[in-house]
Amino acid sequence: MEVLKTYKIYIGGSFPRTESGRYYPLLDAKGNTIANVSLSSRKDVRNAVVAARKAFGGWSEKTAFNRGQILYRMAEILEGRKLQFLEELKKQGSSKEKAAREVQAAIDCLVYYAGWADKFQQISSTVNPVSSSHFNFSALEPMGVIGIIAAQETSLIGVVKFIASAICGGNTAVVVASEELPLCAVTLAEVIHSSDVPGGVVNILTGKLSELAPALASHMDINALVKESLGGLDKPIALACIENLKRNITYQPGTEHGLQNITDLQEVKTTWHPIEHIGGASSSY
Amino acid sequence: MKKSYNPTLIHANSRVDKVGVEERVARFQTRSIKNEAKKQGLLMVLNMIDLTTLEGKDTPGKVQQMCYKAQHLHDVYPGLPTVAAVCVYPSMVSVARKALGNSPVKVASVSTAFPSGQSTREIKISDTKYAVEQGADEIDMVISRGQFLAGEYGFVFDEIAAIKEACGKARLKVILETGELCTLDNVRIASDIAIHAGADFIKTSTGKIQPAATMQVTYTMLMAIKDYYDQTGKMIGMKPAGGISTAKLALHNLVMVKEILGNQWLSNDWFRFGASSLANDVLMQLMKTESGLYQSPDYFSID
Repeated sequence: MEVLKTYKIYIGGSFPRTESGRYYPLLDAKGNTIANVSLSSRKDVRNAVVAARKAFGGWSEKTAFNRGQILYRMAEILEGRKLQFLEELKKQGSSKEKAAREVQAAIDCLVYYAGWADKFQQISSTVNPVSSSHFNFSALEPMGVIGIIAAQETSLIGVVKFIASAICGGNTAVVVASEELPLCAVTLAEVIHSSDVPGGVVNILTGKLSELAPALASHMDINALVKESLGGLDKPIALACIENLKRNITYQPGTEHGLQNITDLQEVKTTWHPIEHIGGASSSY
Repeated sequence: MKKSYNPTLIHANSRVDKVGVEERVARFQTRSIKNEAKKQGLLMVLNMIDLTTLEGKDTPGKVQQMCYKAQHLHDVYPGLPTVAAVCVYPSMVSVARKALGNSPVKVASVSTAFPSGQSTREIKISDTKYAVEQGADEIDMVISRGQFLAGEYGFVFDEIAAIKEACGKARLKVILETGELCTLDNVRIASDIAIHAGADFIKTSTGKIQPAATMQVTYTMLMAIKDYYDQTGKMIGMKPAGGISTAKLALHNLVMVKEILGNQWLSNDWFRFGASSLANDVLMQLMKTESGLYQSPDYFSID
């Protein structure tokens, strides 16, 4: 007899059920139930944000090199569990070839951002010419807690790319998985959990987008919201983001991800450092 | 008539049923408080807070800032009460007194060689008198836990009575430091000693020792207050301190006070919370009920 797996959520480094106790059955194309999935509530969002905020200090202060190593480790562990992801993708309707491509893309994506972790700052920071006796420079700092709404059409890559680009730059994240294809996000949580990513850095919830997206968008302690365009939901989400001037970052579905995804989640801090001589022909720093 | 230690009186109720306490305490935590009742409860909690800073690094600036916060918890939210008192070291009492001016917020000072209490009685008395002279309305003393655990109950009793005398008009809160008393039986004995020796308030902890104000300990102390009230008709105040940092926990405590002692005790004359970070969590909950949005500490003053 087959026993269905109940997919838990991931908050603060542990795998609780939703505080609401609800779940929804996930059906395959033929209408068979393939798993029970947690139907998270806005209180789960609240708990996840508390965990993410708590984890932010430690994660953002790790060295960029260390964060890169941890991302690289995530890639290794994901590769080790390839078969499980392939199986889940197929259950959720992918062809064998498509599933293989998606898992490979997810591994590559993690390796890609692992490499950027200690390099994007150099590329994106600047020394600025100013006409006073200051050495003026701009450097990037992580925004804080990022709300992520996974790309809805994919189960794995659509969540991996946003998580990797957010935590690569020192942010922590509260993630809402794809509503129709949630399985790989939860299994990814198991990968994250065994990869030296401190508890709370990534928190993953499953459930109804219409219930969780507004909770993410209006939460005062989330600094930015990342998603692919959700059509009709975009506008109410944008309006809810106004309250705390949350960065509302929306990509068109299918946009290539890259360095931009990291820097979109960084704030620029500009420092004016007094120096002695004014406007000489050559700078003295 | 000079008070003295009376063993039969003090030890009459000293065998506490720990399992029973835990079951009853668990029940207080199941009460569901919603909407308007919750809002009123949260406002009441704010008004019962003794905003506290007791650190070696306290500066006049820090104390002044805290005194401002005591009177202006979150000006964005109209109609908030002030906290009950600020709680500082004796050396900071005059700073706090000056910063508070005519405000209804009281100045409480710890004394008696806080937090260890390991000093001579003369020093403890002069420590207390100094704080009162500087303008303290309330004195938070610590009992001599070493003497207590050695069985010198009479010594502890006399010390509290002596400090009560030194307080003059200032109200006396007696800190039992329950984290060092080991058992609920001891908590009960210490409570009864403090009450009979003249405490106006009994208080759980200094905030320097864990565990601090657990609900089990607070429950035991509330029962001592209740028994004393039933016998004599005199009210004694209660102050759990240390470890109560969330609005939810504070509301659980209010439920407990109401159900054990009744509405009479639901004012800051008779019940206080000793806390430094509780106020902001309560404010965030209030703003949440008002706006419907989950809040961020970024928009509240630093403790």
